[in-house]
Amino acid sequence: MPQQIAVKSNKIEQLEITTRDIAREMAQKQREISVSEFFTKNRHLLGFDNPKKALLTCVKEGVDNSLDACEEARILPEIVVKVDPTENEDRFRVTIEDNGPGIVRDQIPRIFAKLLYGSKFHRLKMARGQQGIGISAAGMYGQLTTGRPVSITSRTKPSKPAYYCELMMDTQKNEPVIVKEQELEWDRPHGIKVVIELEAKYQKGRQSVDEYLEQTAVANPHAAFKYINPEKEELVLPGASSELPAEPKEIKPHPYGIEVGMLIHMLHDTRARTLSSFLNTEFSRVSSRLAKEICEKAGLPENARPQRVARQEADKLLKAIHSTKIMNPPTDCIVPIGEGLILKGLERQFKADFYTATTRTPSVYRGNPFLVEAGLAYGGELPQEGLARLFRFANRVPLLYQQSACIITESVIDNSWRNYGLPQSNGALPGGPLVLMVHVASVWVPFTSESKEAIAHYPEIEKEIRLALQECGRKLSAFLSRKRRHEESEKKKSYIKTYIPHIGIALREILGLKEKEEQKIVENLTEVLEKSRGG
Amino acid sequence: MTEVLKEIKSEAATIHGKIIKKQKPTMSFPLRTLGNVKYRPEHGFFELKGHKKVRTLTVNTVKTFAQTLRLMSLSKELVEEDDIATKREAYYVSKNWEEARFDEQDESDTVIDDLEALFEMNREQLGFIPEEKGGEIAGRLVVIDKDDRGKPLRIDCTKFGSGAYSVPISVEHLKFETDAGFVLAIETAGMFQRLAKHAYWKKANCILVSMGGVPTRACRRFVRRLAEEKKIPVYAFVDGDPYGIGNIYRTLKVGSGNAAHINKYFCVPSARYLGVTPQDIIDYKLPTHPLKEVDIKRAQDALKNDPFILHHKEWQEAFRQMIKMGVRAEQQALAKHGLNYVIDKYLPEKLRHTEKFLP
Repeated sequence: MPQQIAVKSNKIEQLEITTRDIAREMAQKQREISVSEFFTKNRHLLGFDNPKKALLTCVKEGVDNSLDACEEARILPEIVVKVDPTENEDRFRVTIEDNGPGIVRDQIPRIFAKLLYGSKFHRLKMARGQQGIGISAAGMYGQLTTGRPVSITSRTKPSKPAYYCELMMDTQKNEPVIVKEQELEWDRPHGIKVVIELEAKYQKGRQSVDEYLEQTAVANPHAAFKYINPEKEELVLPGASSELPAEPKEIKPHPYGIEVGMLIHMLHDTRARTLSSFLNTEFSRVSSRLAKEICEKAGLPENARPQRVARQEADKLLKAIHSTKIMNPPTDCIVPIGEGLILKGLERQFKADFYTATTRTPSVYRGNPFLVEAGLAYGGELPQEGLARLFRFANRVPLLYQQSACIITESVIDNSWRNYGLPQSNGALPGGPLVLMVHVASVWVPFTSESKEAIAHYPEIEKEIRLALQECGRKLSAFLSRKRRHEESEKKKSYIKTYIPHIGIALREILGLKEKEEQKIVENLTEVLEKSRGG
Repeated sequence: MTEVLKEIKSEAATIHGKIIKKQKPTMSFPLRTLGNVKYRPEHGFFELKGHKKVRTLTVNTVKTFAQTLRLMSLSKELVEEDDIATKREAYYVSKNWEEARFDEQDESDTVIDDLEALFEMNREQLGFIPEEKGGEIAGRLVVIDKDDRGKPLRIDCTKFGSGAYSVPISVEHLKFETDAGFVLAIETAGMFQRLAKHAYWKKANCILVSMGGVPTRACRRFVRRLAEEKKIPVYAFVDGDPYGIGNIYRTLKVGSGNAAHINKYFCVPSARYLGVTPQDIIDYKLPTHPLKEVDIKRAQDALKNDPFILHHKEWQEAFRQMIKMGVRAEQQALAKHGLNYVIDKYLPEKLRHTEKFLP
């Protein structure tokens, strides 16, 4: 036995030596990870997995920013997107231009050439972008793959000349470097033009830039688009509405939506001096009376300093929050596209026989207000064969990837479209000449992953999607049966016209009738049958 | 012939009359199913029970209605001009009728059947003839036909060697001379060949008829006229299976459910069943095949629904025996005992006891 112990201690000693060595070695290797390394390792999270998707992501980030900026400045967006081929087959030059407010000169370098810099990450407000990573990541990808700078033209008011600069990113320090800058003449009174050259692949069809713009246009009927693809084909979509979406309000988080980590973070950052005033001021729907109640339930003094609340106490606080009945958050912070504008968006894009749309009233999941809208276009020039096309939107942004992981897709498949007169196989989208769109708007859209391509499964959201789809389905069903009745009666009419003359001919031949008599037969029969067309 | 014209015109006039009065014209047809026939042995054939389907001219029936009338008009023309059209030709004539044309011959055949039923006449009387062959004859019979100038033409059915006389599509004008003792109606061409080649008709003093499966209308009519005018018995020699008995023999004797409106002319009520019987299978130790599912179903159907089988206890027993044995035997199974066993043994033995033949 003693021997064994000796052996063991020996081993431990050895182990200690090895771990110490490893730690030392690691310490030598540990250094600040450069943003370029971070980027390269996480490109799939940012939407740059492959050259085709990189092109889409680049356009998407630019257009999303332009739309957000125009709307915040209350300007009807006019957006120009150009994808130009270069001498190099696998490189493209992407230009995104808008008529927005422009960006002041000082901010431009950081917005376009510094990762994680933006105005949207820190707030709870319905907006397209949420992370402040998009456009600078696109520029960075361009720089990494082509070595070319991002060039920006910005003008904030007609009285000032436009400012032009070319930016590179110092990938070690995550800091912008201005390579070139100058003032220049620009025919736009205000706006931004971003040019990024990047390694990319252009393809039409599913998950293409073309599809993204098509869907963006459907969800943003107030915006005008002009798109020139690498084949120099030009798509011009004038704005279908002169009505800007209402400005979404920023709200404070609702206590039900908070997680313990976030709570500790907020406790630490708050300017409130007491726990109850922290609850009252940092959250929505917590009155001072309710704040006291929560403190009591948590067994914490209401005048405790928030920064002093420890981890365990934060847990108690969270439990107390969940056991207290708190009013739902205000929902006026959610701005729907609206039924009328969904219809306009669909009409601008598709020549169909029937359009319908539904906007649900706002609802709440885990303390986050959200709202669901659905719309559809049926018939007309839409392809008869194959399955319906499904457009998914989160805060007006089309979701093109991970369709099958998304709650929207699942809800559409689970809806029994056969009840509404459409063909549908088990576990599939409905068939027929149909385009379906579902829009989920929220201050915080719950995506399944950082790549923001599919919406997560929350029962509250699923229910709202289902109700919206059913409402559209019912309207479609009414249209379809109207159409069927009409077709049937048309068919009967033509049947009568087609075959009655033959009865006249036969009877004339058999009975040796005169032409006048034959005429009379046709007239009488037409009258008799038209009258009883119901049966 | 003029009767046909009268019928067609009167039907057309009725329809015309209704149209003048702005009423919906109708046509009524006897239902052509086994469920709408009865069997009365004193008449000897399937007769219509009288269930009718009335076709009223509506939006949904206007196409068929128009087609029926146009075919009626064609029939009138054929009869007036003493012409004929095969069913296939009638189908092609309809190609002139624009939208009222028939897309498939099945459709025009059905309307022709409807017309037969409507007028309770056979299609030949209406001027439409089938393409099917009538059957073959060999043996002690002289058929008196006409040549193309209408002069009598004597056809001696003993003079065809190893071949045979072919029954024409229309047989009403034929006359017969014979001293034969009986007519033997045979299911398969193979058995007919054997008997004809060895001139069995000489030995047995008979007339051989090859039906080639379910006998055509012309074949049935030919045998019927021959048997009635010359007062000679008809014996059927078919495979010992539910199809041979229930379809071939039954149709020869009493007609079919589908054509009940014309069975009166197209059946041979005096026919009797020589073999192969289920008892023959035992008596002659015939090689057999197991009954297939369709055979059993056919036998059970006949026992349940066929008015002819339901009328004859002997047939019910024979069918039950066959189902119990679970086997069937073909005519040609007799070859097991020697190729000419059928001539030397089987037929002579059977013919010694014609009273034992099944009804």
